[in-house]
Amino acid sequence: MRRIVLPLARAGLIITFAVALWQAIVWLTGAPHFILPGPERVARALWASRVSIAENAVITFTQIILGLFLGAALGVSTAIQLVVSPISRMLLRPVLVFAQAVPIFALAPILTLWLGYGMGSKIVMVVLIIYFPVASAFFDGLMRTPQGYLDLARVMGAGTTRQLLRLRIPHAMPSLASGLRLAAVYAPFGAVIGEWVGASKGLGYLMLLANGRAQTDLMFASLFVLATFTVLIYLIVDRAGAALSRRFAEPAG
Amino acid sequence: MTPPPGITLAGEAHIAGAPLFAPLRLELRAGEWTTLLGASGVGKTTLLRLIAGLETGVSFAGKITTSDGRSLEGRMAYMGQSDLLAPWLDVLGNVTLGARLRGEKPDPGRARDLIARVGLAEHAGKRPHTLSGGQRQRAALARTLMEDRPVVLLDEPFSALDARMRAEMQELAGELLAGRTILLVTHEPGEAARLSHRAFLMSRIGLEEMPLPQTPPVRAVEASETMAAQAHLFRRLRSAA
Repeated sequence: MRRIVLPLARAGLIITFAVALWQAIVWLTGAPHFILPGPERVARALWASRVSIAENAVITFTQIILGLFLGAALGVSTAIQLVVSPISRMLLRPVLVFAQAVPIFALAPILTLWLGYGMGSKIVMVVLIIYFPVASAFFDGLMRTPQGYLDLARVMGAGTTRQLLRLRIPHAMPSLASGLRLAAVYAPFGAVIGEWVGASKGLGYLMLLANGRAQTDLMFASLFVLATFTVLIYLIVDRAGAALSRRFAEPAG
Repeated sequence: MTPPPGITLAGEAHIAGAPLFAPLRLELRAGEWTTLLGASGVGKTTLLRLIAGLETGVSFAGKITTSDGRSLEGRMAYMGQSDLLAPWLDVLGNVTLGARLRGEKPDPGRARDLIARVGLAEHAGKRPHTLSGGQRQRAALARTLMEDRPVVLLDEPFSALDARMRAEMQELAGELLAGRTILLVTHEPGEAARLSHRAFLMSRIGLEEMPLPQTPPVRAVEASETMAAQAHLFRRLRSAA
């Protein structure tokens, strides 16, 4: 019980303080509402546009979740491929590093050009953004199996595939978990940037539209929904990752 | 278990061009405990790994032969200083790891029997981090026994345990591994004096056989002949460096 109540009370306190600070800044600076709307105004915009925000949020969230699954699956299979085959390690790794050096954001216009204004280009954005952190974290984990375990497996007469399945992959689970945590943080960026570059739906599109019409309160309301979702998805992935680490590694301490 | 073979290693090893050990000859008699005693860095572990067929990072010029002329592949079990228990498996899972790594069907009945013999019957369903250091090493011993190999290579398997645990583990291993061809690598004179049929001191110049009591291993820690042998081994170990 305390484990739930305490964090909730702490979160409540921080949020109350942040909202109070926000309101204080609005009062003290006397900023017009189209520059910095107060919390109350944003809340009203959130309520008034709830249907439109919800419709657009569903699009963005779907993109993020689909992108997360696809990107993680792609990252995991790349890592395994790299571990299994020294040739692909030699050929593919420099390409991966180079690909990571290209800012993915800069690819957004091209992706929109190729894949259109629909959800496809945004999902691909998310996949591209999270692919590298997942692949590289999992690959590192797979390559870091302590030599002792591999020696033991060798004397026991293990084949390469079983050694991978029974030792390397379970051993790399905590590393995969940290890769997925990063992915959960990056994924929403991908979707929103994709929507900024070209879309007719989604929270990013709504924010851009609201901004253009000086409906700053609507923009803040959309941002609030997006941030809440991002935190939520991070918490879910974080919990899942912690469970994964508990299952596969010795608890620290 | 097939009858244990005798093993002979003869040759020399170089590491990056510099000699690690001079030409030497190590004979493991069939069904006996042979101990390799020496200071750190003289190449004891390298010798063991050469026999095990593991990566050593040295270039070895020589031969490893068996008394029955057959390859050692698939006839050895290995136990190291760290227990190497998989943290995601319980004791039973760890003990049967070998079978699953080979794609064979594990025999849980035999595994439970061996777990009971090392005194872990009520811990079979526990994961390693909930066990003490001594219990973990017992689980590793059960895993080694589960492999049921005629040759067992032990690389300082008890060095991380406290004195009481170590004595207990030596007795347990001595009893349960009896009749196999064993190579024990250690830097502990007491361990060599208790467990070996034959003991060799390894130094830069090669191997030298050490005198041991006439009594068969496992010898009592406090027996006067064990202590005398231990004292002698200790003196020689210090002067060999």
